[in-house]
Amino acid sequence: MDYEISLLTTMGVSVLFALSLNLITGFCGQISLGHAAFLGIGAYVAAMLGKAGLPFLATLPLAMLLAGAVGAVVGLASLRVRADFLAITTMGVGFLFVGIVRQQNWLGGELGISGIPDTGLSKTTFMLLTLLLCALVAAFSQYIRKAWMGRVFNGIAEDEDTMRVLGIDASRYKLVAFAIGTALAGLAGSMYAYNLRFIGPDSFGFVESITVLSMVVVGGIGSVTGVIVAAALLSALPAWFQVIGDYKLLVYGGLLFLMMRFSPGGMAGLVTRFFSPVGSVGKGGRT
Amino acid sequence: MSATPAMPAPLLRVSDVTVRFGGLTAIDSVSFDVRPGELLGLIGPNGAGKTTMLRSITGVVRATEGRVELDGQRIEGLPIDRRILRGLSLSQQLVKPLREISVIDNVALAAGSAKTASPLKSLLHVARHEELAMARKMLERVGIAQHAEQSPAIQPLGVLKRLEMARALALKPRLLLLDEPLAGLNSKEARSLADTIAEINRQGVTIVLIEHNLGEVMRICQRLVVLDNGRKIADGEPRAVMNDPVVRAAYLGGDTLATAAADGAQHA
Repeated sequence: MDYEISLLTTMGVSVLFALSLNLITGFCGQISLGHAAFLGIGAYVAAMLGKAGLPFLATLPLAMLLAGAVGAVVGLASLRVRADFLAITTMGVGFLFVGIVRQQNWLGGELGISGIPDTGLSKTTFMLLTLLLCALVAAFSQYIRKAWMGRVFNGIAEDEDTMRVLGIDASRYKLVAFAIGTALAGLAGSMYAYNLRFIGPDSFGFVESITVLSMVVVGGIGSVTGVIVAAALLSALPAWFQVIGDYKLLVYGGLLFLMMRFSPGGMAGLVTRFFSPVGSVGKGGRT
Repeated sequence: MSATPAMPAPLLRVSDVTVRFGGLTAIDSVSFDVRPGELLGLIGPNGAGKTTMLRSITGVVRATEGRVELDGQRIEGLPIDRRILRGLSLSQQLVKPLREISVIDNVALAAGSAKTASPLKSLLHVARHEELAMARKMLERVGIAQHAEQSPAIQPLGVLKRLEMARALALKPRLLLLDEPLAGLNSKEARSLADTIAEINRQGVTIVLIEHNLGEVMRICQRLVVLDNGRKIADGEPRAVMNDPVVRAAYLGGDTLATAAADGAQHA
């Protein structure tokens, strides 16, 4: 039973992380290639504060706050550039994060932080908490999609300039998507840290950013259900097939390419294409 | 503010607007007023600077010099979306519907501008019955209500032009800017859309119309402003403007001709 519980927890953390990127990339159409940095910020905040004696639950909002704040600053600096430049900028932020953390002795440097205190919860309770957070974030995502904010995000993803002519401050909306998404990545990061009780800079590098992006793309950009399924499956794969762990970048990069090339709507797109009549509105993509 | 009794205060005032792109002067110190309730035609030969003029009013292009005032308030420093929320609305020459949502959803999105003015408001509002009702009314107004539930991706240009206009109207503009709404339509479609534009104007919307179809412009506009080579060369009642030798020369082509015609007029 222990194995299943720990696997479910790991999958839950991945789902949480993927849903956070889905808000930015899926809903608002902004590609981020450095999202793992915000997972890392959340993880390091939780680990440091936990070791300093703060109770587990108190570290969660603080991890979200710092990750979201850094996200907002990065967003301010980079969201004014066009979408393809944003991918490069966020990739740079990802490398910057790993590079800085490696050099900081107070953050454990290359060795990372070990001995993160116990949550005080049983393994089962921690798993349930992770799944509860997943459900909350999924519900929040679905709510955003139904609200006016979701309609605006959708429009920005398709054509930012047209949205401006409709009186919409596209830069501000993109910034909001970025801040919410990075804050939720911080939340996923703190769960990650408390789950493993050990973190190192290499856990938040480029490979992780690509992995989470492939989860969002494979699931179907913007589709909450699709992203949950894809994140759950793809995070479980390395546990089931040891070999995937060794070729992670190859596997996820390949998946990313195949999906972009053959089914830009991801799994959700495949499903809708299969079940909906041809020519209807919203086939593929954000369904 | 006391305007002269005969003339109401202008809704839009463009004063000495100059737009330069690098070394090229696209608009050279142009001034004109748009009065409340009028349908003003902004015309001129290809490359005269009409679209650039319109873009400097909406903010797609920033004016290098000069002022743009809407209802006495300067707007030339504001970004596009702020100007739109102040009451401008633009129907673009190249139609740009969002293709992933239906025709009526496109219009409803514009109708919700009060709810999308800030991200927080947009997060707190979900319902859109009013906006859908308003969108349907706008689609009826421009005559494409029967396409409401369809995707814009499969519509012919005539419908898309009307969709663009319905979307602009859904913003409840005080000033509607139309950039070549008739371009690419056949004469029957053009005539019918021109009638729609005149009707919208009669219902109280102030309109600036850029158009190459001079026949329709003469038919529906109350006043014309003519641009040529980035300068204003005429401003007034349509028939008088079109009889102006300078305007005729500009349309026939060439600066030399224009100068010659102007000289000729002076000698006559």
